[in-house]
Amino acid sequence: MIDYSKVLSQTVVNTPKSGIRKFFDLMSTMDDVVGLTVGEPDFQTPWHIREAGIESLERGKTYYTANAGLMQLRSEISSYMNRRFSVSYKPESEVIVTVGGSEAIDIAFRSMIESGDEVIVPTPSFVCYAPLVKMAGGVPVILETKFEDKFKIDPEALKAAITPKTKLLVLAYPNNPTGAIMTREDLLEIAEVIRDTNIVVLSDEIYAEMTYSGNHCSIASIDGMWERTVISSGFSKAFAMTGWRLGYICAPAPLCEQMLKIHQYGIMSSPTTAQFAAIEALKNGEDDIKMMVDEYNRRRRYIFNGLKSIGIESFEPEGAFYIFPKIGDFGLSGEEFCNKLLYEYKCAIVPGNAFGSSGEGFARISYAYSIKHITQALERIEAFVKTL
Amino acid sequence: MNTEILTLLENDARLTPEQLSVMLNKSKDEIEKEINRMEQNGTILGYKTIIDWEKTEKDPVIAMIDVKLTPQRDKGFDRVAEKIYNYPEVKSVYLMSGAYDLSVVIEGKTMKEVASFVSQKLSTIDAVNSTATHFVLHKYKDKGVLYDAPEIDERGNFT
Repeated sequence: MIDYSKVLSQTVVNTPKSGIRKFFDLMSTMDDVVGLTVGEPDFQTPWHIREAGIESLERGKTYYTANAGLMQLRSEISSYMNRRFSVSYKPESEVIVTVGGSEAIDIAFRSMIESGDEVIVPTPSFVCYAPLVKMAGGVPVILETKFEDKFKIDPEALKAAITPKTKLLVLAYPNNPTGAIMTREDLLEIAEVIRDTNIVVLSDEIYAEMTYSGNHCSIASIDGMWERTVISSGFSKAFAMTGWRLGYICAPAPLCEQMLKIHQYGIMSSPTTAQFAAIEALKNGEDDIKMMVDEYNRRRRYIFNGLKSIGIESFEPEGAFYIFPKIGDFGLSGEEFCNKLLYEYKCAIVPGNAFGSSGEGFARISYAYSIKHITQALERIEAFVKTL
Repeated sequence: MNTEILTLLENDARLTPEQLSVMLNKSKDEIEKEINRMEQNGTILGYKTIIDWEKTEKDPVIAMIDVKLTPQRDKGFDRVAEKIYNYPEVKSVYLMSGAYDLSVVIEGKTMKEVASFVSQKLSTIDAVNSTATHFVLHKYKDKGVLYDAPEIDERGNFT
């Protein structure tokens, strides 16, 4: 009989499953659960965008595109990034269309990391960074961000985390799961630390459109940072296009040239239908973004206020669509709190330690849900907290 | 701010002033005042419930009637419109551009009742030249609300 333990890569075997997923599996075995766990928009892709995808199918556009993506789409991405975030990238050589933001992150890591290279991964953050770094042969160096700092990166702590082996810094703002952002002023301090090193910043800006106290600032727009920044982003959150699996990378040409090889051999090209839909999204989707962001903003205020009135402390999130309340004040660990809330009050939220040990004592609550749904969940949380 | 309140209420009339105040970052007082003002000046005309009557025993017959009119001296279509909208079975009356003048939506218990309204009441009005009655067979979507599609959250938890 074949011995799979001898066949499988130990790096992969030793990679844990996502903690978000683990909790979801629990939840799906129960009835009548009101969950606030989902990390994707509750909106459907706007109809005109879906229609553009359908039309491309009707016209028989079922071929591969160029490896880096349709030129028209890359041009649209380039002008969008310039228009919205004042960063400029040449469509011919500095933009790659990827299969979601996830592939963008993966190929960025794989194009730069060599065995033993260190990658600074601030946490709490989305679950993919450390595992992808390890699978690329690198060593994730966890940099914990704190509630007291509104989960921003402390430049001093960053400085202390840098070693001669540091190759990359992951910057994931607006942040999943904390809802934290880094303003231009915050980023200037980070730039100060990074600018004269050989460290590249992988800036995951997938939630860039979801900011509530001013426009998102990309670190690439800061003096001296463009040449050392890889931006990964995508259509999932901004245009509610999660299932289309479309993202992109914007980076200096020498980096794109190498990343494109990985994409070329591993993926070939991103889904053509999704690319045509994405062109429509960038051309005519601004009103859709505004509509959705306005709605998230109302929910954000609603849930922040609701938690406060229950007596749960959280800092006011300024980006993405998550709030990260401090549930550790109730004498239970994050996981105990979430388990009890789920089993006894049938309300699901994700324990903060799923996003790194610095998330212990917190929980991620998504507000990509209707006000009605959020109200129901808040009632259950309140009933639970009263018993503690 | 008031169009934002209106849009939110149009979507869900049961949102309370407390909820609205949090969502819009205004005081509860301001919201109450604003709603009051708009109720007084006729911007907000009422609050109703959207019901799928097909799911009940009372399943009314709805018809849309295209009405062509002869305009009346000095009064245009207004006088005739008034005559028509005063019937309680008439649910909506719109003045239209194009091939006909008024679009009248009427609700009756049976098809017969609707038919008799058209022949006895509507067609007998002097200014009414012709009518074309279309019965509604099924509502898919009304006032922005889907009637058949149940709300199922199919999203998984991956991110």
